[in-house]
Amino acid sequence: MPASSLRRLLDDIGTVDATGIEERVAHYPTRSIKKQAKTFGLKLAVSMVDLTTLEGKDTPGKIASLCRKALCPHPEGDLPRVAAVCVYPSMVRHAVPHVQGTGVRIASVATAFPSGQAPLKTRLAEVRQAVADGADEIDMVINRGAFLAGEFAQMQDEIAAVVEACGESTLKVILETSELETYDNIRAASFLAMRVIRPGDFIKTSTGKTSANATLGNQQVMLDAIRDHFLATGVEIAMKPAGGIKNAKQALQFLVAVKETLGDAWLRPSRYRFGASSLLNDLLRQLETQRTGAYQAPWTFTEDSSGY
Amino acid sequence: MPAKKSSRSKTQARELLFGDLWEFDPAPESAPAHLLDRYKLFIDGQHVAPRSKKYFDTLSPRDGRKLSEIPLANAADVDAAYQAAARAFPAWSKLPGAERGKYLFRIARLLQDRSREMAVAETLDGGKPIKEARDFDLPMAAAHFFYHAGWADKLHYVAPGCRLAPLGVVGQVIPWNFPLLMLAWKIAPALATGNTVVLKPAETTSITALKFATILEQAGLPRGVVNIVTGAGETGAAVVNHSTAAKIAFTGSTEVGKIIQRSLAGTSKRLTLELGGKAANIVMEDAPLDQAVEGIVNGIFFNQGHVCCAGSRLLVQEGIEQEIIHRLKRRLATLRVGDPLDKNTDVGAINSAEQLSRIQELVQSGIDEGAGIYQPSCPLPSQGFYHAPTLFTGVAQSHRIAREEIFGPVLSILTFRTPEEAIEKANNTCFGLSAGIWTDKGSKILKMASALKAGVVWANTYNQFDPSSPFGGYKQSGLGREGGKHGLLDYAQLQPLATEL
Amino acid sequence: MLPITKTPKCYVGGAFIRSESGRVYPLSSASGEFLAHIPLCSRKDLRNAVEAAAKAGPGWARRSPYNRAQILYRLAEMLESRSAEMASALTTPNSPGEIEVRTTIDRIVHFAGWADKYEQVLGSVNPVASSHFNFTVTEPVGIVGILAPENSPLLALMTLILPAIVAGNAVVALASESQPYPAILLGELLAVSDLPGGVVNLLTGPRSEMLSTFATHEHLRALAATASPEEATQLQAGAAESIKRVVLHDPACDWASPHHHTPYAIRDFTEAKTVWHPVGA
Repeated sequence: MPASSLRRLLDDIGTVDATGIEERVAHYPTRSIKKQAKTFGLKLAVSMVDLTTLEGKDTPGKIASLCRKALCPHPEGDLPRVAAVCVYPSMVRHAVPHVQGTGVRIASVATAFPSGQAPLKTRLAEVRQAVADGADEIDMVINRGAFLAGEFAQMQDEIAAVVEACGESTLKVILETSELETYDNIRAASFLAMRVIRPGDFIKTSTGKTSANATLGNQQVMLDAIRDHFLATGVEIAMKPAGGIKNAKQALQFLVAVKETLGDAWLRPSRYRFGASSLLNDLLRQLETQRTGAYQAPWTFTEDSSGY
Repeated sequence: MPAKKSSRSKTQARELLFGDLWEFDPAPESAPAHLLDRYKLFIDGQHVAPRSKKYFDTLSPRDGRKLSEIPLANAADVDAAYQAAARAFPAWSKLPGAERGKYLFRIARLLQDRSREMAVAETLDGGKPIKEARDFDLPMAAAHFFYHAGWADKLHYVAPGCRLAPLGVVGQVIPWNFPLLMLAWKIAPALATGNTVVLKPAETTSITALKFATILEQAGLPRGVVNIVTGAGETGAAVVNHSTAAKIAFTGSTEVGKIIQRSLAGTSKRLTLELGGKAANIVMEDAPLDQAVEGIVNGIFFNQGHVCCAGSRLLVQEGIEQEIIHRLKRRLATLRVGDPLDKNTDVGAINSAEQLSRIQELVQSGIDEGAGIYQPSCPLPSQGFYHAPTLFTGVAQSHRIAREEIFGPVLSILTFRTPEEAIEKANNTCFGLSAGIWTDKGSKILKMASALKAGVVWANTYNQFDPSSPFGGYKQSGLGREGGKHGLLDYAQLQPLATEL
Repeated sequence: MLPITKTPKCYVGGAFIRSESGRVYPLSSASGEFLAHIPLCSRKDLRNAVEAAAKAGPGWARRSPYNRAQILYRLAEMLESRSAEMASALTTPNSPGEIEVRTTIDRIVHFAGWADKYEQVLGSVNPVASSHFNFTVTEPVGIVGILAPENSPLLALMTLILPAIVAGNAVVALASESQPYPAILLGELLAVSDLPGGVVNLLTGPRSEMLSTFATHEHLRALAATASPEEATQLQAGAAESIKRVVLHDPACDWASPHHHTPYAIRDFTEAKTVWHPVGA
């Protein structure tokens, strides 16, 4: 009996020890980032945010305010713009007038996000429409069912079809790590995706729509995979953790992992993004604290009213 | 099946850049260590000046500067300590176990309260990174007291059919690599089982032991139950050879362990020894490579390699040797070597000038014997005692760097072809303290673990410790175990309960 | 008819040998009548016996505990079948030998029963804080040297041997110098007990000559002995050269005492090995 597709793939790419990966990532939060290094890291994180709204109740008005926030996160402190806004395909055209030509990109979650459970034809049509409407980046979900059933060729063919449908747009491939469950699966899916996407395309942890999102552990598995793929092929794949990164402290920990796994070349928005919404305000809040020396209330920052 | 091009064994034409784009600012730990200019001995619940009237300087290895003066206890001081311990023994050993336990719980809590202060003192005096003192030594020391506290009233469950009776006064001599943690390993089980203690810390790292004396005061521990005397070899000999000692517990070099065992010959003193090692860390070709590399790094650079169970001999299966070396070098590029007080330092200062020159001497022998040396380019501080993380490739079993304990951040890399060869090489040593095994296959872990002649075997991890996990070595790595119920047995006499036969 | 007398030989490596030195010493009855020549073993015989033990030990340690139990029980059966002969060898003007034989048989049965149980008393599963399955098992220390007392030439000898071999060690034992014949007979029983040759090696001869070799031979990882204070010092000082453990028994102890029935005697000849096995999918 032939070995399963997963077994054959793992024989090729190597496995991950779950306990070991968690021991490794437990060291990142112990890095102490102060003063200029902190300001640099926070600003870098701002520039890497894919400012996201993915709600059924999204309206053109909501999209407009999201875009304004993306272009000018905060009036004080000489801050960078975020990398992109991330919206549903139907909202792409509403974002275009606000960000066109500003350098802020429009990302859209196509392919029957978040489940991906629509016919391929439908998913591809959705991608083409989003691109036609002005999406610079497409965040697709992989066919987890195909992966878990060992139908790797099908999973890869679908990604390749989306790559083609993207045209000039950048592709981000969402593995939905919580549904892959094991680190071995995450490593395997990372390689399957990386082998059919283009230099500068992304692999991404999660949709943010399941209970478990990006963690230092599953990010580490993907960073290690990106490094191995780069060293073997020279192809630079970018990384995007999404969901669950809610505050500046976490963001810096995720970035430390990038710095110490992939090095300086990945510390830029074209190689690394945060998929987040509330993270941005906490980054701004900490930056203001750095700049002014005083702790800030949340309501100082737009679209945040938490607290009293 | 056609030969498959494996992505695990590519030649490494490309490299990653670990540069200074995002350089961390210095992050010195600022909590005060509250050091005294001059310390006193702790005997019979009192801080007393040494009868010898002599003191010696303790230096900080981070910059070579003097920190404090430490009393040099002579035979009379040691005798006073033993007398105090002997006076304290009857009441302490008769105290209900639950009450003894409460003192130990208090000590655990107080250590947690003063954890940062103690961690800074540990780093200043010993040179270990504050990260390790803070995240490992102190929490683990408190955990040892907490664990053993709970045993004090449950000793009749340790050995079925037997009652555990205390031995009497225990003399304990500890090393400089984990000063406070080794103190905890020694004192906690001794007190839990109802013994009283005379403890001597290592001469280069006495400060935290003497600070610990103030925790004992804060805990209200009855006077004389723990006595702390400081000094060098002569003081240690006086502790070991005192006629009152019912047991000697020593952690340190095999060389000194032999001297102690010899000097105890003909006495009825019990003896436990936790001595040197030259552990093999075995990486099989099916190992999870990144986690293995992490474990190799942790195995040899943790605490600058000043670890008796350090994974100082890396045994790699031939097919992945180059891959492992590439990954190791890449990982070394992100290790931060320098001021141990900086919170981002991964590898700190070598404990003393003597130890540094011993490491340098052995490294030179590796070069002279023809092994290939690699050190990452990391600037070392100009003051203090530092040694760059060092890899030796092409090492033969006969090289000194493969046989002698270096006790520094120096890794010797050897290869093997089959599991049997790995076991042979791993066991080909007079030591037998610990070993590591890396493979993705659980059954292989258990097979290899059972064949390795070592007291502790780590599978897909390294340098893990826990108060409930017995620690100690085979062959010339020691006698007895510390931790767990096994450790308790070495601090007690087993008195058989009446049995029906 | 003239009876055929037996030439007493030592049981080493599963074979019956004379001393390599060619030396013997006479064994006489209580009434002073010559009985036989006993091998006067040398330091070299001890060395050879250690080599034999080293060959046999690993295989014995790999036997299943159940198998070791059955083999030890078989030894009790063999002793039972020749108990009369053994009793007469043990009989002295002061004590009849039957009791010592019976006690020895019971002790062998007792330790046979421990073979597949002591691990459950001495080992442990340790509740560590990290994500590991952590357990401690015992392993034999290797080769154990035994210096038997002069009295109780069968019971004391077996009391020292049993806890060592039940745990999978191999032993090299020096029998009572003044009453060596029970050990000679024991060798003949061991040879038919299914115990692999070399697991128990029995030497006879001068204790004073061999003591220091027992102490300093690095391959011997533990010693069990009765010893005078001077001998104890010599054994312990010699043992220090290779960090060897020395288990001393009081020469005056009551060898028949049930206190000798304890798994903690087995612990003396084991090393504890702790394994950290990862837990993770």
